[in-house]
Amino acid sequence: MIEARSTTMANPDASGLAVSGLRLTVGDATLVEAASFCLRAGELVALLGPNGAGKTTLLRGAVGLVRPAAGWAQVEGDDTVAMAPRRRARQLAYLPQNRPLAWPSPVRDVVALGRFAHGAALGRLRGADRTAVERALAACDLQQLAGRSTATLSGGELARVHCARAFAAEAPLLIADEPVAELDPYHQFRVMDLIRAFVAEGGGALVVLHDLALANRYASRLIWMKGGRILADGTPAATLTTQRLADIYGVRGRIDGTRVEIEGPL
Amino acid sequence: MLACLAALFAACLLGSTPLEAERVLAALFGQGAAGDQLVVVQIRLPRALTAFAVGAALGASGAALQGLLRNPLAEPGVLGVSAMAALAATGALYYGYAAASAWAMPTAAIAGALVGTTLIAFSALRTASAVTLILIGVGLSSFAGAAMNLLMNLAPNPFSLADMINWVLGSVANRSFLDLAFAAPFLIVGLGILFAARRGLSALTLGEEAASGVGLNLRQQRLLVVLGTGLATGAAVALAGVIGFVGIVAPHIVRPMVDHDPARSLLPSALLGGLILVLADIGIRLVPTVSELKLGVVAALIGAPAFIWIAMQRRSVHD
Repeated sequence: MIEARSTTMANPDASGLAVSGLRLTVGDATLVEAASFCLRAGELVALLGPNGAGKTTLLRGAVGLVRPAAGWAQVEGDDTVAMAPRRRARQLAYLPQNRPLAWPSPVRDVVALGRFAHGAALGRLRGADRTAVERALAACDLQQLAGRSTATLSGGELARVHCARAFAAEAPLLIADEPVAELDPYHQFRVMDLIRAFVAEGGGALVVLHDLALANRYASRLIWMKGGRILADGTPAATLTTQRLADIYGVRGRIDGTRVEIEGPL
Repeated sequence: MLACLAALFAACLLGSTPLEAERVLAALFGQGAAGDQLVVVQIRLPRALTAFAVGAALGASGAALQGLLRNPLAEPGVLGVSAMAALAATGALYYGYAAASAWAMPTAAIAGALVGTTLIAFSALRTASAVTLILIGVGLSSFAGAAMNLLMNLAPNPFSLADMINWVLGSVANRSFLDLAFAAPFLIVGLGILFAARRGLSALTLGEEAASGVGLNLRQQRLLVVLGTGLATGAAVALAGVIGFVGIVAPHIVRPMVDHDPARSLLPSALLGGLILVLADIGIRLVPTVSELKLGVVAALIGAPAFIWIAMQRRSVHD
């Protein structure tokens, strides 16, 4: 059976993340049902859906943090749930929704934790680890703050620190759960610009967003979820319609080119 | 490091029989009068080394638990781990196992510590709240304390009662190299495990979800820290009974000096914990009291206010 699966159903395009028929349950409740999608290099995919649609659960299942009740999620042809955590982390950087920092660590140390899977030890970074951390700090415009304690940073600065942490891993894929939540519009654009730059350099990113205009502006593909199921997957031009807004969010909206306007609840 | 050596030497220097530094040095290197050697090598050195080992074990355990639970108030004493170890040790005393075999005491203490650490680690899975966790620790301490009181209440004779009180109060007086030798393997293995797991403690700074995201094997990390602190704390309790708060105070002082990195705080916390207890023990021997003060009592008298102070510094946003 396992043989058959790996030959007939394996990710045809082995580079990138492939999810097929994923079902994720907690106790008796099914949170995600029959979810299939792909994430390839050079793509910025936005995962959209109302609260409770199962977006976070789907991401956790894709990263391999929860064992699926059915289906699989593979990176480079390996099941993420079975991969050694450090090997998986070198393929897939994951930015969860809750990002509490336990200690007032300096910015550079938090970013350096992105190199955990490469064996970096804080305080004595060498070679590739040091280069990757410096590059990530520079990419997120954090060099001036590198020595500052994270306890003294604003929300926007912290969001950049977490992005830099994810980029420092130098993993080909990035999965981010609401990276722009609770940020002001300027910082939302900054963070999305950072992710877009990561994709432009050959990365692939899957990002949960709640701002449709932002998704429309940045994403090359949109995945629409509701009630634990993926209802649509395609380019913004093809899938972002007033009917979709009504179906997914239950809102009345107007779409005019790249502009999205939500007028109110249905 | 140097301060530790100096303190250990000072601990050999001071005592009820006045000895000059040269005579102590000579005795330490196997020369000098037989009486000097007896006092220094047989009495003072083991006592000082015991204090250091216990302090180091508690300091490292505290730093590791704080890293695992992401909470500066976590510590074997506060979380009830020491009390569980002491309960098992008094149990071994009460039922006479301790007299039957020299291994009984360390084994019982370590088993008790492992039970306590496992309970705490399991509760930590179920709750994200530091307050809940500490309350569980308080409950565990109270239960172990009550059970120990019961054992003392039922003690068959005043001698075993005195023995048990010794464990509950915590002391390093009259320890021999033999006592140290029985606890040392557990202590060294425990500290070794903690040290091997130190990088995972840094990763946990990000929270458990993100730590697994950067490649930490959470289950293995929890197991290692539980095992390491259980062994080290158990060995410490087998040596000296319950000595609280060293595991809070030492890492608290160390943390700002190592950029709040739990991995880098491990070794300095162990050294500082050892230093604190050696100094405290010297203090005890210098203070002229009718009956000698117990180390655990003094540690709690200094440590508990420090604990309250640290707790009051915490902002509620962390919970």
